[in-house]
Amino acid sequence: MARPKKLRKITNPPKIKGFKPIRHYPAAESAPVLLDYDEYESLRLSDYELKNQTDAAVEMGVSRPTFARIYESARRKVARSFVEGTPILFQGGPVYFTSDWYFCKDCGCWFNHLNKEDSVIICPLCSSSCIEQSNAVNE
Amino acid sequence: MKIAITSTGNNLQATLDSRFGRCSYFVIYDTESGSTEFIPNPNKEAMEGAGPASIQLVASKGVEKVVSGEFGAKVKAIFDSLKIQLVIVNDSTMTVNRIIEMVSKQ
Repeated sequence: MARPKKLRKITNPPKIKGFKPIRHYPAAESAPVLLDYDEYESLRLSDYELKNQTDAAVEMGVSRPTFARIYESARRKVARSFVEGTPILFQGGPVYFTSDWYFCKDCGCWFNHLNKEDSVIICPLCSSSCIEQSNAVNE
Repeated sequence: MKIAITSTGNNLQATLDSRFGRCSYFVIYDTESGSTEFIPNPNKEAMEGAGPASIQLVASKGVEKVVSGEFGAKVKAIFDSLKIQLVIVNDSTMTVNRIIEMVSKQ
């Protein structure tokens, strides 16, 4: 039996559920390509954030060769969808989601921030912007 | 937006419950209508799995934020995947009313 896959760390899940092709003429929708969350994350790290594979692998908590395999699978699925005109759905994969903790200096509360790309962060309780990122929290 | 707050009692003067999975009541506060709903926690006496069961309860109400004193080891990853924000308040004398006042100012 094959060894179970390690869970991959996802810090930025996609904002949308997937893509649909725009056609020249109406046609029946073909079966979608299922792009796993880890494959989406590998595309984002490599081609959007332009990280090298070593850093990207550390960010996802897998080895460099494993990252390369995930990334290759992602590219092939995207290419297949483009050429065959099938929709893409983001779903599944051996993943877990995580986010960073922050501390508000005004009201003393801790909170996590889910969407990294939104960099303007205010405290969800008192709306203060006097906050700092923290790694050590009651875990 | 709906916010879940863990409470020790079923009125607004009750203090924040410091545990998430085994709190006494969940308060679902709607920031748009200003309404509050008190839900007794069915998982209060659960031996295990109280956290995930409570997540199902609050997620089914459509909340986007959860305010509590502490979250167990299992719940953060599930909340992250559901895109629900967690807020930890360490002050155990904080009342539900006070938290509602603070969040509705925004």
